[in-house]
Amino acid sequence: MTKSLKIVVLAKQVPDTRNVGKDAMTAEGTVNRAALPAIFNPEDLHALELALRLKDSNPGTTVELLTMGPGRAADIVREGLFRGADGGVLLTDRKFAGADTLATSYALSCAIRKLNPDLIVAGRQAIDGDTAQVGPQVAEKLGLPQITYVEEVISFGNDAITVQRRLEHGVETVKGRLPLVLTVNASAPVCRPRNAKYLMKYKHAKTVSELQAQDSDYIEFHQLRTYLNIPEWGVSDIEGEEEQFGLKGSPTKVKKVENVVFQVKESKKLSDADADIESLIKELIANHTIG
Amino acid sequence: MNNIFVYCETEKGKIADVSLELLTKGRELAKRLDCKLEALVIGHQLAGVEKELYGYGADVVHLADDARLEPYSTLPHTSIVVGLFKEEKPQIALFGASSLGRDLAPRVSSALKSGLTADCTSLEIGDHKDNKGNEYKDLLLQIRPAFGGNIIATIINPDHRPQMATVREGVMRKEKLAEPKTGEVKILDVNKYVKDEDFVISIIERHLEERKIDIKSSPIIVSGGYGVGSKENFSLLFELASVLGGEVGASRAAVDAGYAEHARQVGQTGVTVRPKLYIACGISGQVQHTAGMQESAMIISINSDSNAPINQIADYSIVGDLSNVIPKMIKYYRANSK
Repeated sequence: MTKSLKIVVLAKQVPDTRNVGKDAMTAEGTVNRAALPAIFNPEDLHALELALRLKDSNPGTTVELLTMGPGRAADIVREGLFRGADGGVLLTDRKFAGADTLATSYALSCAIRKLNPDLIVAGRQAIDGDTAQVGPQVAEKLGLPQITYVEEVISFGNDAITVQRRLEHGVETVKGRLPLVLTVNASAPVCRPRNAKYLMKYKHAKTVSELQAQDSDYIEFHQLRTYLNIPEWGVSDIEGEEEQFGLKGSPTKVKKVENVVFQVKESKKLSDADADIESLIKELIANHTIG
Repeated sequence: MNNIFVYCETEKGKIADVSLELLTKGRELAKRLDCKLEALVIGHQLAGVEKELYGYGADVVHLADDARLEPYSTLPHTSIVVGLFKEEKPQIALFGASSLGRDLAPRVSSALKSGLTADCTSLEIGDHKDNKGNEYKDLLLQIRPAFGGNIIATIINPDHRPQMATVREGVMRKEKLAEPKTGEVKILDVNKYVKDEDFVISIIERHLEERKIDIKSSPIIVSGGYGVGSKENFSLLFELASVLGGEVGASRAAVDAGYAEHARQVGQTGVTVRPKLYIACGISGQVQHTAGMQESAMIISINSDSNAPINQIADYSIVGDLSNVIPKMIKYYRANSK
């Protein structure tokens, strides 16, 4: 028997580190997010797809996104709505700023307690840090089991879920009982595209802060459609100890950031002319590097 | 108390290379800090495993031996590590950045509210003065490329213990002690740490694959980046590697683009290699990549961009197109080798 579930997908808006310019860092050594294209963290899209498939096969299931970031991270919730999620929350507050993975997990876990889901799904890691820490840290804070590196749900029913995990040198099939935390690998199915119907329905979904920039007619239009409201939660909306949020709650500190300096070697420049290549190969053979 | 702990991974009684590499690094740090190096092994049928760990410098080996502890499962291992760390209060705790270590270490750090730095490429000891004038002696400096490899960050945990870090396999050197020594075994009472609820996740099936591709031990690596342009163009690299008796590596960008398998990825989030010869083809040279190959004995770069950063660490940089250069290399190698 299947039953309806409440699923929360943790998703992060990340700077597209695959394409970074020189103004990407501030003088203090933190990321200058404003200078970079912001994208939906790739593995979090795989997590969303896994949640949406559980929703497809278990009628009545709801999928909500939870994202933490500045105001513009509301894009993450909208993107989720366009692809089939039912709602989402933006966790945003200046007091969350400067959080390392531990303080991030703490804030997320406080928000998750308020949402009270049966299942939490997150991408394995985010491309701006590649730490893969937040999923397991959230699970620990909630006192829940975790299954990391999931690439496939094999079966689900009666609160039991069986999944295949991708390890570095193999695969493992494991079974757990809800509630629990899953982290999803890039080897899991890719996320479905935006759905035209949902795009029409949710294109005006906005947070309260975003609405403030609009005129009164628009606000009125918006207030008549409560499904367009993206809740914005700050420190006062979740129960938690303030000293565990943000920079204060972060045990790790950045001591120093350096731009990359190579130890410059005495490098010989060669052209692609036959003579250059032939003399290089002869030299490598003579000094037993090759051959 | 306040020693350095290394969590040692085992599979069927064999200690993982990454753990032996961490012990090698750990004993250097322990010497600098004048403290002991302690190993923690959690698994089954571990008798005798301590001898190998002494050989890498462990002064104390903690063994948690129970049939339920192998293969690895998150919760029971977390309970043991957290329980032991609460008693022993290590100043530093090191884990492999393997699928196991990256599952376990964040869980432990969350339970202990202690900071954790992932995928360090260098670990050092140093002092720190913060902007309020507080001075800290002998902190673990956790150095890692960050932000897609565009910068190198030094991370510290000034106020929380243990200072925790993960390191990928192959990043640190593995070296036995010149003079073998012995140490002390401490058998842990597993039931003191582990609860029945820790076994709620059951492992139904496991398939471990042999490592088919092993570029780490190859003396010659021909590596390709995004600049190679396509999966088809990688066949040129395979041809050169096979002629020279080497293996093919790839940058993260090339792997992300689907040009090569992940097992071939060289760099911070792949493997670290130190071959006799590294030929970097169409690789720009982000730190993310160079962190994993800069100790190669000789580096040749082939790039159409004469200003590619990789050229700064290359012994030879050939400016030109791969499809032109590689066939010439093959031709002259065949003509000149015996």
